[in-house]
Amino acid sequence: MTDDPVISFRNVVQDFQRDDGGPVRALDNLSFDIGRHEFVAVLGPSGCGKSTLLRLLAGLVFPTSGSVEIFGMKVTEPRDEIGIVFQKPTLLPWFNVLDNVTFPMRHKYGRVTQTEKDRARELLDLVELGQFTGAGIDQLSGGMQQRVAIARALLLDPDILLMDEPFSALDALTREEMSFELLRIWTEKPKTVLFITHSIPEAVLLADRIIVMSPRPGAVRELLDVRVPRPRSLASLSDPNFNELANHIRSSLFSRRAA
Amino acid sequence: MSLQTTSVPASSAAAPPEVGTPAKPAVPAPARAIALLNRFAPLLAFAGLLIVWEGGCRLFKVPAFLLPPPSAIISGAQEIAWPLWLGHAWATIRVALMGYIAAVIVSIPLAIALSSSKLLSRTLYPIIVVVHSMPIVAVAPIIVVTLGASDLPRVVITFLITFFPIVVTTTAGLLATPEELIELSRSLRASRFREIVHIRLPFALPYIFSALKIATTLSVVGAVVAEFVAAEKGLGYMIMFSTSFFKINHSFASLAILVVVSLTFFQSMVLLQKWLAPWSLPRSER
Repeated sequence: MTDDPVISFRNVVQDFQRDDGGPVRALDNLSFDIGRHEFVAVLGPSGCGKSTLLRLLAGLVFPTSGSVEIFGMKVTEPRDEIGIVFQKPTLLPWFNVLDNVTFPMRHKYGRVTQTEKDRARELLDLVELGQFTGAGIDQLSGGMQQRVAIARALLLDPDILLMDEPFSALDALTREEMSFELLRIWTEKPKTVLFITHSIPEAVLLADRIIVMSPRPGAVRELLDVRVPRPRSLASLSDPNFNELANHIRSSLFSRRAA
Repeated sequence: MSLQTTSVPASSAAAPPEVGTPAKPAVPAPARAIALLNRFAPLLAFAGLLIVWEGGCRLFKVPAFLLPPPSAIISGAQEIAWPLWLGHAWATIRVALMGYIAAVIVSIPLAIALSSSKLLSRTLYPIIVVVHSMPIVAVAPIIVVTLGASDLPRVVITFLITFFPIVVTTTAGLLATPEELIELSRSLRASRFREIVHIRLPFALPYIFSALKIATTLSVVGAVVAEFVAAEKGLGYMIMFSTSFFKINHSFASLAILVVVSLTFFQSMVLLQKWLAPWSLPRSER
């Protein structure tokens, strides 16, 4: 992890035009690096610009000043190295599970080859939906749909996986289960992951490092290393480091809010 | 079909259980009666309405040239040979269909254009709203004068009344696509064309189909209005013609055929949606 960073934010400022014309600062002087195959969680209150951060990386919006770089190159358009998982699964209801996973290929190149179909099957095996390839989307539960979305994001074998509160629409039990699922998938297919969340335990359980952001305008308040040993499991939840870090983040977030 | 499916379990449940066959769980008689009533209630209500109509006309001796009873409408309809009826019906159906198809062909690309460009939307939308705000009955005579006596003015009138709901609803549908999918499309650097064809249009299908269903009945309205203004054939023409001779039973017969045409047209769109895009329907309607 001492190699060149995969992702780097350099003094990124992001202003948005408000409806009444005035500018709103969403991100203020953001700088950090993310190394290869590092799992970084971004934690912060609602409206602190977490999603903007992700969209900057995806090349969907561009910073007002500063620069966002991937492999040392400035992001000027969406790039192939990136897969995105959104808050909602946003699958296509007219396609079955397999066709949803191969959709990025169909959408980008107009056709899907047998190679991609085989790859999609492998990915569905990876997310444990191997026997659901032909199923309709409305036959799947919320958690299963999000697994399909993860498989879809992995189809083009991206180096970087961007996840925008991917489990926040799920019920509490499914959410916990999905966290462990994601750990397993990440162990089998290591990626550089930027994981946006507002769940403290989720961030601590999953990440190597946590970026704690301040409320609007979003800025890096703390960059924390997670010293919970890997591989992580249910037992990690009772690791003393886990609770210490979770409590630290909690008091950091809440003390400022009360002030 | 629906009659069969209800009568089979009903009769088997009513039969005494044979020796040796496992007893089926018996449906209690009142529950069965309610289920039957549930199924046939609309039919019964319709029949009841006809009976009241017929009885009222006879009881109060309403003159047949003011309000004929259903029996007089049926016998009146038989005074005209059925090829003649078919000819009139076809004249109306033809105009309705041509206007409808023209409206679909114009409206859907127009909706795509409106949803793709703010400028285009700001420019064209007011014109569309103004055109739609003109009462079709008021515009119809003008169009007939301008375009002459042929199918063309009738098709244009039908088009004018039909295209608006299709444009508005399709545009709404195209703009209702989940933002994340559009971002997914952008992040894949897919073309605008693929974004529309692969994502926006399919997502708009539930909207498009409801517009297409509304438009079916409107197209029949358009055709009839056009025939009121200038026609020598068609069911709308029949109504005008027979009312002017106080042959109200012929008018009612024409009206009944128009209802059948409208319903058939509407139902065929329902079936088309079931066939082409079953996922766009709620589970209970598939």
